[in-house]
Amino acid sequence: MNRYRALFLLALLASTPYVFAQVETSPEGGELLAPPSNFIAEDTPLDNGNSISLSWNLSPEDIIGKTDIEGYIIERSTEKETGYQKIAELPAGTTSYTDTEIENKKNYYYKVYSIGKGGIHSEPIYAGPVIASTQWFNPERTNMLVASILLSLFVLYFIFRARKGEKLYIRPIAGLEAVQEAIGRATEMGKPVLYIPGIMDMDDIQTIAGITILGKVARMVAEYDAEILVPCCRSLVMTIARETVKEAYLDAGRPDAFKTDNIRYLTDDQFGYVAAVDGIMLREKPAANFYLGTFYAESLILAETGHSVGAIQIAGTAMPSQLPFFVAACDYTLIGEELFAASAYLSGEPLMLGSLIGQDMGKVIILAFIIVGSVLETFGVDVSSLFLTK
Amino acid sequence: MSIDFIGVWIAALLTLFIFSFLYKDNPFYKFAEYLYVGISAGYFAAYYYHNVMVPNLFVPLQNHQFDYLIPLVLGITILFRLFPKYSWVSRYGFAYSVAMGAGINFIVYLQANAMQQINATILPLISLEGGFNLGQTISNIIIVIGVSAGLVYFYFSKPHKGFLGSTARLGIWFLMISFGASFGYTVMARISILIGRMQFLINDWIKPTIALISGS
Repeated sequence: MNRYRALFLLALLASTPYVFAQVETSPEGGELLAPPSNFIAEDTPLDNGNSISLSWNLSPEDIIGKTDIEGYIIERSTEKETGYQKIAELPAGTTSYTDTEIENKKNYYYKVYSIGKGGIHSEPIYAGPVIASTQWFNPERTNMLVASILLSLFVLYFIFRARKGEKLYIRPIAGLEAVQEAIGRATEMGKPVLYIPGIMDMDDIQTIAGITILGKVARMVAEYDAEILVPCCRSLVMTIARETVKEAYLDAGRPDAFKTDNIRYLTDDQFGYVAAVDGIMLREKPAANFYLGTFYAESLILAETGHSVGAIQIAGTAMPSQLPFFVAACDYTLIGEELFAASAYLSGEPLMLGSLIGQDMGKVIILAFIIVGSVLETFGVDVSSLFLTK
Repeated sequence: MSIDFIGVWIAALLTLFIFSFLYKDNPFYKFAEYLYVGISAGYFAAYYYHNVMVPNLFVPLQNHQFDYLIPLVLGITILFRLFPKYSWVSRYGFAYSVAMGAGINFIVYLQANAMQQINATILPLISLEGGFNLGQTISNIIIVIGVSAGLVYFYFSKPHKGFLGSTARLGIWFLMISFGASFGYTVMARISILIGRMQFLINDWIKPTIALISGS
């Protein structure tokens, strides 16, 4: 009996590897892990290309708190069979990865496998070929397209009306009413006008607005036979400011009075620029200071120094965090969009006037959406998501 | 005295030179000002070369990305400013720069200053989240009225008289209150910067100097 039991146990032991532990081995002889599954590689949707999105289901052995899996390795190749190179090693629990180090219009193949302690890993699973491409239209931004077209149409319509000679009304802006007074004061006192067009470059819309107003101020300065100083924080701004002021002097019939060196570059460094402008204020003692453009932490330092030398000060910026300082330390402040309206107001050009009135129409629509939308939201109708942008 | 401590001395003295501006313009301030402007202008010239020109122009050209010749040519046009007879050429570079800034910012401003603001302002005037919420209701009403009144203030096409004038005045009140809050918040941040500078002077300069003199 014992002999039969021993034979039975021997047979059972001999069959055990196949019955209870069908453990596969890696080529190096180690155990193989279970691979991830459902590996998908696809062109990242709604982007400007150079990107492929990879996703997979976790390996069945990747269970939080119980896993032997340490992570996943992703490899990429431009050929199906060979040439795979590791591009990412991701921790356990990861199910996606975006490859952005690729070129458009080129076939790519990917493989992913799980790795565990001691160098063991699973068999890889493959995906591909996949090609990255640019999507020219993003449906998720349709609201932006509609808003852009609508606003542009309003602007074009009112420019058209202004060009036909229709008189378009713009309400007085307090800060601009004072420009003439400030320049007149500088002329009477025989002191210069100091104009700061902000500290950003020409790709900043506020700098562009500041330079546009500079043209009008410089023309007035030339007509009054005063002097204007324009220290600049960016070399490109200096060059354009020179061009603008020179043209203003020409328009005023005073090209001889234009001094190139009065429009000068100081430094790109924010506080180095402030130190130099403060020095100019103390030494030149300008009678009128204009701060029109983009400003950051230097706003109060400039405005306080200008105040201490007794200058009449007119500021304008669309930087919400700096407006309080200008409001506190300057005589007049153009708040936010008033800066952009100022150039239209000063010039009276149909192009600018039409643009401003067109934007006003945009504001009316926005106001209507806010009021009607809030009422509808009160009754549970979702309106705000119409304006969600990605 | 280590090289680092000499650096601390230079930084401390330059800090005091700049602070001397609070008294009045003086040669020490002038020295610090000129040094700061000169060094920073030179630093930024080198910075732009290595961080803008090299990676955004020279490296792509070395990699045969010849479309980068377009910005190169536009950049060169700006140098024509140096020759009065041909300075008109520079206008192409400037025009591109300004138009590109305006075009890109049109979308950026429309998204950040219009669409996202509208999205955040359209709120239920009676908040019923988890039952009637009085605090949230008042908050929502203030936001909707404040933004609407602020928009009316920035409406330029009609005289601010009558109902429009009253609403615009309410709008400017909202703006001034928000400016007041922002002023206080930012002043606190600036004071913390001043405290940081004072801590540098006391902990990194005065205390080690006293320790050096006393030999402890």
